[in-house]
Amino acid sequence: MSIIADLFLTFAKIGCFTFGGGYAMIALIKDACVDKKQWITHDEMMDTTVVAESTPGPMAINCATFVGYRQAGMLGATIATLGIVLPSFLIIFLISCYLEHFLEIGWIASAFQGIKIAIGILILNVGCSMLKKMKKKLFSYAIMGCSCAAMLAIDLFSLPVSAIAVMLMAAAVSLSAFTVKDMSHKRGAEK
Amino acid sequence: MICLELLWGFLTVGLFSFGGAYSAIPLIRDVVLSYGWLNDEMLTYMIAVSESTPGPIMVNLATYIGSSQAGLVGSILATVAVVLPSFIIILLVMAFLRKTISNPYVQAILRGLKPCLIGLIIATGTYMVFENIVITSPGYDVSIKNVIVTALIFMLPFACMKFLDKKISPIQLLIASALIGMVTY
Repeated sequence: MSIIADLFLTFAKIGCFTFGGGYAMIALIKDACVDKKQWITHDEMMDTTVVAESTPGPMAINCATFVGYRQAGMLGATIATLGIVLPSFLIIFLISCYLEHFLEIGWIASAFQGIKIAIGILILNVGCSMLKKMKKKLFSYAIMGCSCAAMLAIDLFSLPVSAIAVMLMAAAVSLSAFTVKDMSHKRGAEK
Repeated sequence: MICLELLWGFLTVGLFSFGGAYSAIPLIRDVVLSYGWLNDEMLTYMIAVSESTPGPIMVNLATYIGSSQAGLVGSILATVAVVLPSFIIILLVMAFLRKTISNPYVQAILRGLKPCLIGLIIATGTYMVFENIVITSPGYDVSIKNVIVTALIFMLPFACMKFLDKKISPIQLLIASALIGMVTY
């Protein structure tokens, strides 16, 4: 089987069976690409995870792009990414044609009333478990607290400020704090 | 016109979605509500559907919103747009910029972005819970029934830990809450 077809099928299979996305996919990708196909080594996989964490986009897609690129260049990257996205694309597209009709059925609508409440709790839960894993530094807590307060204010009073603005602010604050620290450090070293 | 909006909206989502699957939700909510593509209720339902179908939530939401706004073309456009920034960035990083990631200035930016995202997620979650128990229009009012259901669902993961000694998965929680919804509403 050609490498292109192999890449596509492997990642399409991973795309079919990963619910919730994110870290759940990593284990599957490792199993397929490191253990079975030996497309990348274990170290490269760890390396990719680090890069994927520092770049935008779901980790699973980042990993697929990377592995595809390593195996067959640009074409490989495109095919692997396409493979991992296609199954969920098809499923959601089908659902999108019927969801609104579904919601008109009485008992499904009331089931979704319960689900609606669960989603808020679920998101809150994820946020809290991320908070537990966050580095325990005053600076991180300060940024976390400020962005949380800012976003709550934006939501509550429907302020015309986007979440991206809050993110850019946090990045700018962190970058300037580092630059100031770096410069005073260098000056101290010169003396 | 709507196609251009979809393209632009999801390119920004794709570009700013650092971190795990849920990190993109505050952003998507922000973009989707400001363009008026879905209302809050449909968006919440779609998050539930995305959680229970395979694939990253961000991609699922893009596909659904694209399809609901402009059919097959819209869904393809939105999905490509949401994936494209990370695709290009990974290729760039792998091809030329391997060292960029360990650059101290890039790391400083990421150190700011990560706690910020956690803040955004917690704020979004809190607001969504708040929205369910407080009816804002007309006037402020608390729905007692929703408070009870919220408390019930909130207790579920703890109860599971305590009595069954097992962690409850998101999908199990959604199924349980669907059952609770069917009984109470």
